[in-house]
Amino acid sequence: MRRISALEIKKAAAELARRANFLLRRDVLAALYRAYVTEKTKRAKNILKAILDNAAIAEKEKLAICQDTGMPVVFAQVGQEVSISGDLKAAINKGVEEGYKKYCLRNSILGDPLARGKSGFSPCLIHADIVKGNKIKLTLLPKGFGCENKSQSKMFRPTADIEEVKEFIIKAVKSAGPDACPPYVVGVGIGGTADYSALLAKKALLRKISGKGSVLERELLKRINKTGIGPMGLGGANTALAVRIEKYPTHIAGLPVSVNISCHALRSASVVL
Amino acid sequence: MRKINTPLDLNKIKSLKAGEELLLSGTIYTARDQAHKRMVEAIKKGTHLPVELKNAVIYYCGPTQRPKGRIIGSCGPTTSSRMDAFTPLLLVKGLKAMIGKGKRSQEVKNAIKKHKGIYFVTYAGCGALLAGYVKKVQTVAYGDIGPEAILKLEVKDFPLIVAIDANGGSIYGKD
Repeated sequence: MRRISALEIKKAAAELARRANFLLRRDVLAALYRAYVTEKTKRAKNILKAILDNAAIAEKEKLAICQDTGMPVVFAQVGQEVSISGDLKAAINKGVEEGYKKYCLRNSILGDPLARGKSGFSPCLIHADIVKGNKIKLTLLPKGFGCENKSQSKMFRPTADIEEVKEFIIKAVKSAGPDACPPYVVGVGIGGTADYSALLAKKALLRKISGKGSVLERELLKRINKTGIGPMGLGGANTALAVRIEKYPTHIAGLPVSVNISCHALRSASVVL
Repeated sequence: MRKINTPLDLNKIKSLKAGEELLLSGTIYTARDQAHKRMVEAIKKGTHLPVELKNAVIYYCGPTQRPKGRIIGSCGPTTSSRMDAFTPLLLVKGLKAMIGKGKRSQEVKNAIKKHKGIYFVTYAGCGALLAGYVKKVQTVAYGDIGPEAILKLEVKDFPLIVAIDANGGSIYGKD
């Protein structure tokens, strides 16, 4: 058994808060740059320029890329040969909280969703998974709620045509329209159960968007960009930067599909301990 | 590019057209979900409002914590449609301009036209960039709700695009 201390986990989590919120993912930056270069509409081009400038300022001046530093969602892949001295979840929560405080990110988290009241920095939402090996991989995805509010799920009939599924995904993007900071990255989860498809849709946002993607991902991207919603919803060829789909086996009686949209500031950072 | 200042010149506001880009200098107030709820409750109860709404500019924004040595943290716009239910009453009470991102409801569009108000959008998801246009910050009310407090901001050449003009024209078309 390899020992990893809770203190080490806490420090790593705090550092992820800094990296995820100040440094835009390189694959996202590259996609935004490509969009800027290829965009023909003048206003859309100006907006993409502002988005690129914003990322540069955030990195240089150590400011949050977006004031909505999100609900911190943490994916913890814990190797089964690791022995943790201390409390894993407490260490992640404490570390992210310390990072959010230290780097002056936003306290957007409410202890009680109905009572509302004063907001704080924690807890995170932790998805822990047991994997092979003797390491721990932590990934922080600060998910802003402008785009999280546009999430959609649907339980299709198992005999549904794939075109119905495609239309549902495109409709979800259309209904987000200009509200959730396009150009979007569209995460899609297909299969599993209702809740699991939603998790898959979120996990899809962790995949790099630098590759070309599958045939279905490419088709959906093309159709989404044909909507002409464009950057900030003010028209243009770039409504989405990428579509990423995650699938899982499902039941003979159903076909769960979820869409989790990310704004153009798709932020995440990972570390392996 | 055209420039506007606060206090707003109401004739100039009426002359602005959806799609026009301009730069705003002067005083704006941040207010988002809970601040709107509280203001509307105060109006309905007839209690004191913490800001003078007459000809005011409200910015739908909840900044990050303020980093040491800086005026303000990241401070971009939040989704305007969440404020739609509260907006018509604020327009009745004198609110003139709003800054946010995204579409508004038909009720809000009608109220903007009726009261000769205006709705602007600004660079969405660009809070670090927009922080550079803020020159002064003062907490005015609701400090207990942290990022949802009402802040008085002094801004210089803050970039705006007219999204819904005083005649009801919309950058998003007729939908």
